Amino acid sequence: MSQEKVLMKGNEAMAEAAIRAGCRFFFGYPITPQTEVAAYMAKRMPKEGGTYLQAESEIAAINMVYGASSAGARVMTSSSSPGVSLKGEGVSYMAGADLPGVIVNVQRGGPGLGGIQPSQSDYWQATRAMGHGDFQVLVFAPSTVQEMADLAYLAFEKADEYRMPAMILSDGMLGQMMEPVVLPERVEQLPEKPWATTGHKGERKHNIVDSLYLTADELERLNIERFERYETVKAREQRAETFMCEDAEIVLVSFGATARIAHSAVVRARAEGIKAGLLRPITLWPFPVDAIEGCMGCAKAFLSVEMNMGQMVDDVRLAVNGRVPVEFFGRTGGIIPTPDEVLDAIRKLAGKGGE
Amino acid sequence: MSEPKRCMQAVLAGFGGQGILFAGKIIANAGLLEDRELSWLPSYGPEMRGGTANCSVCLSDDPIGSPLVLNPDVLVVMNQPSLDKFEHSVQPGGLVIVDSTLVPRIPDMPGVTVCAVPATALAEEAGLKGLANVILVGKLFAETRFCSEETIRAAVAAVVPARKKDKLAGNLRALELGIQA
Repeated sequence: MSQEKVLMKGNEAMAEAAIRAGCRFFFGYPITPQTEVAAYMAKRMPKEGGTYLQAESEIAAINMVYGASSAGARVMTSSSSPGVSLKGEGVSYMAGADLPGVIVNVQRGGPGLGGIQPSQSDYWQATRAMGHGDFQVLVFAPSTVQEMADLAYLAFEKADEYRMPAMILSDGMLGQMMEPVVLPERVEQLPEKPWATTGHKGERKHNIVDSLYLTADELERLNIERFERYETVKAREQRAETFMCEDAEIVLVSFGATARIAHSAVVRARAEGIKAGLLRPITLWPFPVDAIEGCMGCAKAFLSVEMNMGQMVDDVRLAVNGRVPVEFFGRTGGIIPTPDEVLDAIRKLAGKGGE
Repeated sequence: MSEPKRCMQAVLAGFGGQGILFAGKIIANAGLLEDRELSWLPSYGPEMRGGTANCSVCLSDDPIGSPLVLNPDVLVVMNQPSLDKFEHSVQPGGLVIVDSTLVPRIPDMPGVTVCAVPATALAEEAGLKGLANVILVGKLFAETRFCSEETIRAAVAAVVPARKKDKLAGNLRALELGIQA
């Protein structure tokens, strides 16, 4: 295993990891701050015998993902917030057809065209309503350039394993920054996909990939079966990292780039004698409810820290279920919160607890 | 000479085209070569499109929290607007390195070391037009010893792209000029 560290932008590390995970098709459309993903793929894919294609729109790109995935390929598309909204219909079709595939969102401020600075304001979209209909996508939230690579790699694996779309929910800061990264080894063997539409040569029953079911009974049955699979995912795939949570009375919950800032704030709060800790969800769906449960022994309050107006805080509240207060601190519109601001929010909460 | 600087939170700022991001990459690569924790974060978007560029570079022995440096302990500026924008954010005891060819007002900052280096003029005199950025990195290295001498040279070599290896000698001369400045 090579352990060579290289210096790469998050967007580039993610793209390289995807190639090493066996992704040989990339369809995209340019948008800041994810453009490096497409630029990197344009350069590398032909050398790997893969296909890079700049589609005429985000909608076209996601439908090309649908097509390549139907044929059994590992395939990826990437965009930033407004472009991801355009992909919503296609992602819903993929979910309805039980197709794997990786969708990257390097988030920027919204709504609308919004801005191009970092944001986490697509949390609801990613975890609740990536498109119409009853469905979920796997959502991974990297916090370092290393995780941009590792989680992109993992996303392909898990998408195939559960036959569902997977999303990397990143942001402009992680996409643009450089850090040392150890790239994953190339995947050796890709999983069999007996369901793929690869041509049956008269040797088997032909496969159909579709999301249209006009018989209500059949559609209900398929949805129920799919949700049984989601229960398996929830039981097996929750991922989170905790920092100083063992005795934490104030537990910060923060993901992605914001978690780095929350981490600094926790270190400083501890130096002031405040028993703070950080729970960092790595999967946003499934949300790491078990990790929240693990903090319930000591926690007197939770503080969700996000780059939005308060979205993940809903999931923290659902997990905590009214047992202790759950507060929120965030900045939005492309503003990155400072450790000072987060520390202030911790202090306020510590004061409220009535020492 | 004070202790070599293990931890640094630097902001480098100037106009687009002056090689601000390149200068930041030299520092970042020095961190990589010494297997230290580091981050490099460029400005992107409207700022860049408006003609100014800046980047945050952190070197540390511990994992780096926010890669966005709000209160630098090292500020390198290559134009007046950048100095105006960032000078008040510099930490007490910090270091400011100014390209005095391009920045008319050299600040007087109590508790902060200010080095005025006529980097652009030095570069032109030496036939190294466009390498004022590397001269300033040389000065930063000389003032702080943020990495070893061997590392800083290797870092410059790592950042000069393979297809422009003919430029390496010039870059190393610029570095040397900065160290001597």
